[in-house]
Amino acid sequence: MTVAHTLLGLLEAGPRHGYDLKRSYDERFGHDRPLHYGQVYSTLARLLKNGLVEVEAEPGAGPERKKYAITDAGVSDVAGWLAVPEKPEPYLQSTLYTKVVLALLTGYDANDVLDTQRSEHLRLMRELTRRRDGGDLADQLVCDHALFHLEADLRWLELTAARMQQLAAQVRA
Amino acid sequence: MPTEPLLTAESLHLSFGATTALDSASVQVHAGEILALMGPSGSGKSTLLHCLAGILHPDLGRVTYAGRDLTAMHDDERSALRRTEFGFVFQFGQLVPELTCLENVALPLRLGGAPRRAALRSAAAWLERLEVSDVAGKRPGQASGGQGQRVAVARALVTRPRVVFADEPTGALDTLNGERVMQLFVAAARETGAAVVLVTHEPRVAAYSDHEAVVRDGRVRAREHVR
Repeated sequence: MTVAHTLLGLLEAGPRHGYDLKRSYDERFGHDRPLHYGQVYSTLARLLKNGLVEVEAEPGAGPERKKYAITDAGVSDVAGWLAVPEKPEPYLQSTLYTKVVLALLTGYDANDVLDTQRSEHLRLMRELTRRRDGGDLADQLVCDHALFHLEADLRWLELTAARMQQLAAQVRA
Repeated sequence: MPTEPLLTAESLHLSFGATTALDSASVQVHAGEILALMGPSGSGKSTLLHCLAGILHPDLGRVTYAGRDLTAMHDDERSALRRTEFGFVFQFGQLVPELTCLENVALPLRLGGAPRRAALRSAAAWLERLEVSDVAGKRPGQASGGQGQRVAVARALVTRPRVVFADEPTGALDTLNGERVMQLFVAAARETGAAVVLVTHEPRVAAYSDHEAVVRDGRVRAREHVR
């Protein structure tokens, strides 16, 4: 669940109101698709129910007066999400980009995120290569298509790794 | 079942002047496995391959092959090892242009003292195995890039080495030719039981390996077990 994990990761910097959290999310990750307030508050309600965030009470009423803080369970949840590779498939960039940026923000090794993902991609590419080399022409063409897409992801991964220092400086600025 | 690695690099350091090429790089290769060394240009992956093959000498650290310390060996001993137990495939330029493709493949056997007739017979069988018998009588310059690389693979395997070192073996080939070279190369290496250390920056080439090790800034970052 990317939005929930992303909001959690952003809370690692310190407690925030739902409004601030939405703004911070939109600035970093929501260029094409800013979050709706409803989605922010429903996600926070679910995180609260699961014990991943807690509310710091403030005078006044209404959800916009609540300040949310990440719990220890929430911190472990983010670390767990960053450590597990995504299922390799085309068009993963936005999830991977989010993971890399959050890793840099939370002090997790962003290169580990890339390494874990690379090995997962290569695992699938090995499988496809074996299937292709043992298959008929139709198998070959289908597998080649998947292989080229996965290779494009990996090229993006390598480029991101090469630009990690630059990205870290920008993200942490 | 865990076995002793055939080839091990432990904490290799190597600098060229002020440039650090390897910085505590460690990696292991087991008998019969195919290991891909991946990483961006200038990451140190080729340098690591050259150290593993005993071509370059690390400033610090140790390379062990079949229980023998390669770094402590005399030059002659290392050269003999390279000739008899190791095979090499590079991106290009490794075949002797004045010899025919058949003679090129027979060359390592001849250097090892094999009689001419037996060496040529063995070379011919390897050219057939790599599906390039038709260029046997041609010089490398008359063969296509893909054919030339298959001849190079045949020459690397003709002595039945225990380790084949391949540095971007398909780097100069188009996709289809590169794939065919890799298919034939990997099948032949598996058949002879040779371990392969494969330097590549191409994921589709690395997908022929059993494991990968990623070299970045002279260090090995990850090594994944797959099989």
